[in-house]
Amino acid sequence: MIELQALTKRYGERVAVDRLSFRAERGEVVVLLGTSGCGKTTTLKMVNRLIEPSDGLVRIDGVDVRTLPGHELRRHVGYVFQGVGLFPHMTVFENISVTPTLLGWSAERIRRRVDELLDLVELDPAVLRDRWPNELSGGQQQRVGVARALAAEPKVMLLDEPFGALDPLTREQLQQSFARIRTQLGVTAIFVTHDLVEALFLGDRIVVMRDGCLVQVGTPRELMVNPVDEFVERMFGTPKRQAQLLNDLLGSGEHS
Amino acid sequence: MSEQLALLPAYLTGHVQLTLVALLLGTVISVPLGIVATRVRWLEQVVLGAAGIIQTIPSLALLAMMVPVLAAIQVQSIGYLPAIIGLTLYSTLPILRNTVIGIAGIDPAYTEAAKGVGMTRGQQLWSIELPLAMPVIVGGLRTSTVWVVGMATLSTPVGAMSLGNYIFSGLQTRNYTAVMVGSVAAALLAQLLDGLVRVLEEGVRFRRRGLVAVAVGVLSVLYLFAGVTLARQFIGDDESERIVIGSKTYTEQYILSEIISGQVTAETGLSATVMQSLGSTVAFDALRSGDLDVYVDYSGTIWATILRREANTENRGQILDEVERALATDYGVHVVGALGFDNTYALAMRSADVAALRLRRISDLVPHASRLVLGGDLEFFGRPEWVSLRARYGLSFDRELTMDPSLMYQAVAQGDVDVITAFSTDGRIAALGLTVLEDDRNVIPPYDAVILVSDRLVRDRPRVVAALEGLVGAIDVDLMRAMNLTVDEDGRTPRSVAEEFLAGRSATDARGR
Ligand SMILES: Nc1ncnc2c1ncn2[C@@H]1O[C@H](COP(=O)(O)OP(=O)(O)O)[C@@H](O)[C@H]1O
Ligand SMILES: [Mg+2]
Repeated sequence: MIELQALTKRYGERVAVDRLSFRAERGEVVVLLGTSGCGKTTTLKMVNRLIEPSDGLVRIDGVDVRTLPGHELRRHVGYVFQGVGLFPHMTVFENISVTPTLLGWSAERIRRRVDELLDLVELDPAVLRDRWPNELSGGQQQRVGVARALAAEPKVMLLDEPFGALDPLTREQLQQSFARIRTQLGVTAIFVTHDLVEALFLGDRIVVMRDGCLVQVGTPRELMVNPVDEFVERMFGTPKRQAQLLNDLLGSGEHS
Repeated sequence: MSEQLALLPAYLTGHVQLTLVALLLGTVISVPLGIVATRVRWLEQVVLGAAGIIQTIPSLALLAMMVPVLAAIQVQSIGYLPAIIGLTLYSTLPILRNTVIGIAGIDPAYTEAAKGVGMTRGQQLWSIELPLAMPVIVGGLRTSTVWVVGMATLSTPVGAMSLGNYIFSGLQTRNYTAVMVGSVAAALLAQLLDGLVRVLEEGVRFRRRGLVAVAVGVLSVLYLFAGVTLARQFIGDDESERIVIGSKTYTEQYILSEIISGQVTAETGLSATVMQSLGSTVAFDALRSGDLDVYVDYSGTIWATILRREANTENRGQILDEVERALATDYGVHVVGALGFDNTYALAMRSADVAALRLRRISDLVPHASRLVLGGDLEFFGRPEWVSLRARYGLSFDRELTMDPSLMYQAVAQGDVDVITAFSTDGRIAALGLTVLEDDRNVIPPYDAVILVSDRLVRDRPRVVAALEGLVGAIDVDLMRAMNLTVDEDGRTPRSVAEEFLAGRSATDARGR
């Protein structure tokens, strides 16, 4: 369980994240949704203290994250970076085994775990285990990124627009893989995206952000049906409008 | 050629020792310093600024400056130590700069990812930052390697044996075989070391065990070799047992130092080493500090450049006595005696010009000087004698060119310059058809060649001083000129000429008995 209480980040005068509070229950994926620059990455990084909050509190399974040294905390929180962030001088195997190695796992256990994870993210261990990151496609790299975040059996996962840089078809494949993995493992996660369809597909609940503030929290259905304001209504109306547009286009094509 | 190649083991060993130790020290200092500099903002500016300044100092000057600095803090001031310190300082900039650039240039996404997977600061540095910066850092190391191998040839004038001994003595004695052997050997060594570093880096980066093994193997052998030979030099034979003889950078000095070395060994059974091609004041300072035991200098040189006095008609006769007294009381340096010849600075010209202009004395030259070009050796125009010559005769030449003494004689003979500041013992004056002008106002002091010894030698090694006394009065000006000419024109080595001289003397001794 991840719990944010009045989490705030100020850069001088500017407030990047403003008294944000929400929680992700055990086994729940909460999507942080908002336009670029609204404070999603900052929020996520405060959870594992890559950024220290100006104010407020984060608890993971009831424990205040400030009670652990930063690096200890991060070894138990899987993080998938916006962009890729695989280490270019390490093979796929080495990238995935970084955190287990830091935790002092035995070589045998690490070897088994890496193969298991590669299977989980649908990559063939025999073929890809010893490849270098630059020998992988964008989709394969992002799958390895997910495997690396899961490697040390983290309590919770943080994903920052993990599929944002991929082409639509590959993105869809990865979304489906992630949906399967999260049910299979019962992952507790905060998943950041600016893509509404991705949010609707992957989120148990969605937190809508604007200018560092929380606008509305709810299940996809609640947000569709009961938007609190025009901003949310317009945002969630987008797919409907697009479907309408598509329909019109196809319809007019039939008549001509 | 074979005579030159026989010197290669000693010179190459010296060169390898200097280069490897300086590079190791340079790396050990620069990489951590570079890392710290990327963490502490103000330090980056300070460190890079300091290294940059060191780099702008001409390399020979940097090495030479180490001598008085070390002498001031009372440690060994000539030989290995000043060379190593100078070379190490010189090697730091490329490594330091590339360490800073390499680490600062890493995409912050990787350092953040390293933090994100749970690494501590130290783990981030070791596992991510250094490996990612390594190609850049190694680039700096390779630059340093090539620089240091080249610059190590300049260690010779501060008394450290290196491939520079070939180059310095070869240029002076016009032995271009020696120059070539030294240069080629230095170039090959630079290629070898640079290649090894490159192979090592590629081996590490691309995980090629074989490459790493080869590079590490060869480097270990080289370092082991340098370490063992150095240890033998410093511990193996007792430093105090060895007599160290200095020579400046010209033919006569090379011959005299070999004669002294042979004489000491023959008479006392002690081992002697020659430190070749020392800078002029380096040798004197080293004698004072006791890093050197013996060398030959000239009364006029000491009079003018060390005692800073002017010569005139009245005091000429007393210069040698006065030098002896002043050195003993003020500098702790002792004069054993004069060798028996005077090697004075003299203005020399082509004999044909002398005849055409009807010159005999320097005074006769004055009205013609404004149309003539004067060539002087490396130090002449900075010496007090030049100031006196100009002032007392009112001499003013069209141009004054500084040139290497070995090239000066050829230059005047070929007409590239009209007048040179020749040494009166140089055999090439006669051989190339030059004539010396008389110093009719007695401006230039006499330059009696004298054997100088350190205080330490007088105190602890009277036998050596006694052996040196055997050389007093033993070499007249004709003999010195003939020996110089044999080396300069016939291509003989100073050592073989010295051996011939000593053999001739012992034959005479045997007959005399
Ligand atoms: N180090 C920083 N200093 C000042 N402002 C920052 C800093 N990091 C982020 N910001 C600002 O905070 C806001 C939120 O950034 P971010 O969390 O990256 O947005 P998102 O991930 O939603 O696109 C942006 O306006 C950004 O310019
Ligand atoms: Mg972001």
